[in-house]
Amino acid sequence: MTFLLDAGQVLLVTIRDVLPILALIVFFQLFVLRQPIPHLRRLIVGGVYVVLGLAMFLLGLEKALFPVGNAMAAQLSDPAFLSGGRDTALTGWAAYAWIYLFAALIGFSTTVAEPALLAVSMKAGEVSGGVISPWGLRVTVAIGVAVGLALGAFRIVTGTPLYLYILAGYLVVVLQTFSTPKKMIALAYDSGGVTTSTVTVPLVAALGLGLSETVPGRDPALDGFGLIAFASLFPIISVMGYAQISHWTAIRREKKLLQGENP
Amino acid sequence: MSEKVDRNLLPPLLRSVLFKLWLASKDLAPIVIVIGFFQLVVLRQPLPNFVEILFGGLLVVFGLMLFVQGLEMGLFPIGETMAHELARKGSAFWLLLFAFLLGFATTVAEPALIAVANEAAEIAARGNLIPESDAAMTHYAIGIRLSVALSVGVAILIGVLRILKGWPLHFLIIGGYIGVMLMTLIAPKEIVGIAYDSGGVTTSTVTVPLVAALGVGLSSIIRGRSPLLDGFGLIAFASLMPMIFVMGYGLIVFQ
Repeated sequence: MTFLLDAGQVLLVTIRDVLPILALIVFFQLFVLRQPIPHLRRLIVGGVYVVLGLAMFLLGLEKALFPVGNAMAAQLSDPAFLSGGRDTALTGWAAYAWIYLFAALIGFSTTVAEPALLAVSMKAGEVSGGVISPWGLRVTVAIGVAVGLALGAFRIVTGTPLYLYILAGYLVVVLQTFSTPKKMIALAYDSGGVTTSTVTVPLVAALGLGLSETVPGRDPALDGFGLIAFASLFPIISVMGYAQISHWTAIRREKKLLQGENP
Repeated sequence: MSEKVDRNLLPPLLRSVLFKLWLASKDLAPIVIVIGFFQLVVLRQPLPNFVEILFGGLLVVFGLMLFVQGLEMGLFPIGETMAHELARKGSAFWLLLFAFLLGFATTVAEPALIAVANEAAEIAARGNLIPESDAAMTHYAIGIRLSVALSVGVAILIGVLRILKGWPLHFLIIGGYIGVMLMTLIAPKEIVGIAYDSGGVTTSTVTVPLVAALGVGLSSIIRGRSPLLDGFGLIAFASLMPMIFVMGYGLIVFQ
């Protein structure tokens, strides 16, 4: 019975989320553009699919993924687990190796599942005429998130202030921007913003808060947040890095071809 | 005669549904593998409530498949159509207004943002940054939500303006990042963490496809703009602006 109540609640929340957008579109189409909505039936069916699909997705996440993820975050940062049952004091950041691995892997896998990233990759593949592979883009972004989260977890454990990492990261991004092929810049920046969405945010937030509560000396109010920032920043670096590498290998290949013609 | 043949062939609709189901499962497989590995191998504990988790997993797969289908049928086409029609109408005012309202409307009701704002209010109250009354916490949470919603509205507006005017993205983005760095230096440190996170939270599953379709749609219809070069970048702004606005809010609240 409680399941039905939960399901109903999630559906209502999803509808409430979609309602402003619906109102906006209908208003503009009918009153500003003064045209009937094209393919109305298809649009309505598609809209229903989006709302139902999203509601089911969120419900499933709440029932399955988040409880397990939260429990796991708590267990992996539990001092009893980390010291292996021994009474040794936790020295240094190396003791939390499992956390970094978990953060990296969870970052990778949630990003691959992220519907918003899927949407952007689909558009990118379509718009680039197939040059950009949607799956390739998603994996590159996922690797960026994995590295970012591992680093972020490391930061919580060591207690260095957030802004140092972020500013350093921004510097890298700015430098990269000057040497990346122009076509990929916008997409790279968008990938960073898109990764932190429905699936990633709750898990990452739970991981961050759980970690900052268990590691001695960390204040959840200051350190619990910030992991999401890492998860948005590093994909930008990885996507631009990938674009740069592909660009340079393509140039080198061309050079070799030219040299082969003129020995 | 034809019935014998038809019985052995899956009708195309069922085949297409199964294919999409398989795609959705492929997307969710890594999470299952990671959690399974950690739970069973590292923590060495059996999964509690296994049946409920399995059922939840199936829901997620079906939900994702439906969502993608709905995207292709509804969200993407309407986003592009609106972009084309608004551009053809020729009025920058309506286009920019639409852009601003799109950002604002989709953000203000966003569940993830509501959750983060409430969480932030609780943490601020526990840390004695704001009084621990319900009124104070609600006020703080709403303040954060409004700052973020406004910032996303402004962000999409600037993004669309950029497409119209043809400004290069990297100047604006770098300018934005410098703005964030400057704000970080002067904003109270209690607000910095949540400001950074609010940028990541805003880009919701429903907003992103619409905004992407809007950007691509606009840049494919306006002469001299190329979809790949100019169509993206709206989401980047939508993640950047909230950080600046929320830090501004923090400056006002935590004087």
